[in-house]
Amino acid sequence: MIRSSSRVLAAVSTLVSLPAVAGETELQVLRAEIEQLKVAYEQRIAALEARVQSAEQARSAPAAEPPAEQRAAAAPASGFNPEVSLILQGQYKNMKDVAERSITGFASTAGHNHGDGIEGVSKRGFSVEHSELVLAANIDPYWRGQAIIAVQDGDAEVEEAWFQSLAIGHGIGLKGGRFRSGIGYLNEQHPHAWDFADAPLMYQALFGEEGRYKQDGLQLKWLAPTPMFLEFGAELGRGADFPGSERNKNGAGAGAVFAHIGDDVGIEHSWRAGVSYLRTRASERESRFEDINGLEAAGSFAGRSSTWIADFIWKWAPNGNPSERNFKFQAEYFQRSEKGSLDCYDEQGAGNACDPLAAGERVVSDYRTRQSGWYAQSVYQFLPRWRAGLRYEQLDSGSRNFGANAANLEVDSYRPKKATVMLDYSWSEFSRLRLQYAQDKSMRGLTDNQWTLQYVMSLGAHGAHRF
Amino acid sequence: MKRILLLCLLVAAPLLARADLRVFATVPEWGALVKEIGGPHVSVYTATHALQDPHRIEARPSLLAQARRADLLVATGADLEAGWLPLVQRDSGNAAIQSGRPGYFEAAAVVRLRDVPAVLDRAQGDIHAAGNPHLHLDPYNVLKVGEALAARMGELDPAQAADYQAGFRAFAERWQAAIGRWEKLAAPLRGVPVLVHHQSFVYLTHWLGMREVGMLEPKPGIEPTSGHLTALLARLQAQPAKMVLVAAYNRDGPSQWIASRSGLPMVLLPYTVGGTPAAGDLFALYDDTLQRLLQALQ
Repeated sequence: MIRSSSRVLAAVSTLVSLPAVAGETELQVLRAEIEQLKVAYEQRIAALEARVQSAEQARSAPAAEPPAEQRAAAAPASGFNPEVSLILQGQYKNMKDVAERSITGFASTAGHNHGDGIEGVSKRGFSVEHSELVLAANIDPYWRGQAIIAVQDGDAEVEEAWFQSLAIGHGIGLKGGRFRSGIGYLNEQHPHAWDFADAPLMYQALFGEEGRYKQDGLQLKWLAPTPMFLEFGAELGRGADFPGSERNKNGAGAGAVFAHIGDDVGIEHSWRAGVSYLRTRASERESRFEDINGLEAAGSFAGRSSTWIADFIWKWAPNGNPSERNFKFQAEYFQRSEKGSLDCYDEQGAGNACDPLAAGERVVSDYRTRQSGWYAQSVYQFLPRWRAGLRYEQLDSGSRNFGANAANLEVDSYRPKKATVMLDYSWSEFSRLRLQYAQDKSMRGLTDNQWTLQYVMSLGAHGAHRF
Repeated sequence: MKRILLLCLLVAAPLLARADLRVFATVPEWGALVKEIGGPHVSVYTATHALQDPHRIEARPSLLAQARRADLLVATGADLEAGWLPLVQRDSGNAAIQSGRPGYFEAAAVVRLRDVPAVLDRAQGDIHAAGNPHLHLDPYNVLKVGEALAARMGELDPAQAADYQAGFRAFAERWQAAIGRWEKLAAPLRGVPVLVHHQSFVYLTHWLGMREVGMLEPKPGIEPTSGHLTALLARLQAQPAKMVLVAAYNRDGPSQWIASRSGLPMVLLPYTVGGTPAAGDLFALYDDTLQRLLQALQ
């Protein structure tokens, strides 16, 4: 700026000196007049430039800076309002018409669905998924709180509502309220953070249609003071969610423990591995069976359920910078055993094998199962806005011992399988559109080719995502 | 036996005495500044490096493990680390480094930020409500942050407070001298119009009096699109620029595209300590930055 204006000044001074050497002829007089006009304009421009420059300097001068305190005072009282964000999610789904979807060989968690509404995973065509309203804030220097309300069609559900400690120290973290359990890897992630449009079969088989286990209770975590990430956690809860059941008792209905270990390898790789154990108690846990004649039978389970989960995540990014390209591999394996009794009856009055005369008879037997399954998936961001993913999963219905009821109920032995590919596009980190194709063989005798087009949008103060 | 015990003590004593102030720096520039001030009394862990986009860091397990053991967390603030740091702070189980505690230091709190948006709307891209957080590329800001940081380090580690003050004064003296040198050196850069990839050089261009006439990102934090780049190229006819500035962590595709079509030199700047092989510390960061800018001007 200084340079250019000094050039202008030099030009102006040459122009000013011009009329002095002008001759007496008319032409020269005219020329001189024109020059004078020019000079006048040049001077005005120079003056304007100087004003602009001084204004610019005044703006950038440190002396003109308002003190930091002044800025802080400007925040209004509404600044105390919690961080609010809203997740919008919806999809178009093209798949076979199956009235009540379940996974063959695994306890159906949906129970009876005699309403005319088509629920969650069975919805075809256009649909809006839960919209999640997230409210979070520090409560005081000691606690932080968060609530997530999932809203859908006249139905608002408290998805999460918890407080978390900030000031205990020593690596200890305490959480209380309703929260997604820390078991497994995917369990703590909300659907908007998933890499696929639906939860893996494993999670649906373990925890039901929504593919997550939530606790109403307490969680205690401890992070070891080691250079390598080493974390231990334990939870106690009500245990009302599948595989437990609602119960009217003191004490805890569910307990979980988990351990995580993780680190970086060089600057490009990082990983985490974990192992978790969940134990729940159920009483009168309803699920749907098929009797030996193909009629519907209701089964009520009482007993305990133990689940082991092993998880592993590995991430890579060139130079450790994931913004352009990155790769993520994730796999989980589970084993569940359930032990207790099964009470088989005929809810429909159809005269099934447990109650052939529809007289309200019940057959109570032993119930022991041991089942397993796994999934593995990879997601690759090959361009800044594009990601592609592949997922393969397989479950094993394992051993199912129904004791006396084995004579009444169909005991399926089956290995459900599913393969999924997806491609998604993100305009920014707040909006994403995903196309997914899955070949689903989770129901015996049915190969379902599922196409899903899904959007995930987040509004407002969107918090950080987990590793 | 006594001798062996004594020997053991002698060996162990330095280990026990090394009660360093453990500092977790979110970005390399503050890690380097802490080292300048604290010298031998601090052990510094720098969470990110110059080739990583500071906006796009993940809360990796290793970061949690390091944050767990830190006495002081030095962050830029102004939402630069919003995508990962809050999670690391909360999940670390470390009460000392929570926001509002003396163990949490925010550089943005002690300087005046530029580009504070008048309207907060994500339609404007990934804007920072508090202002532009890339504040370390104005050397006067580094001085202000250093002063506050030395005071904070002294507060947390009173035994070494005098050393931290002395460390800062020695640094400030060298830094002031360097500023004089840099400003003289950078005189030809005054008024030079430039294109930038992201708004990561606002403080640098203001300090040197350079003019930003265009940005490769259509909106802050939104990846460059071919449509926007084409428009930018057309605009260069009416509003020429002299060079395209790119940070070491930026993907160079878009700037190369502009550079090859417009004939402008693409200038890769280290952006922070370690961004180029030459930018080994804060002084070298500025030396190398100016050298690259001046070279492109010729």
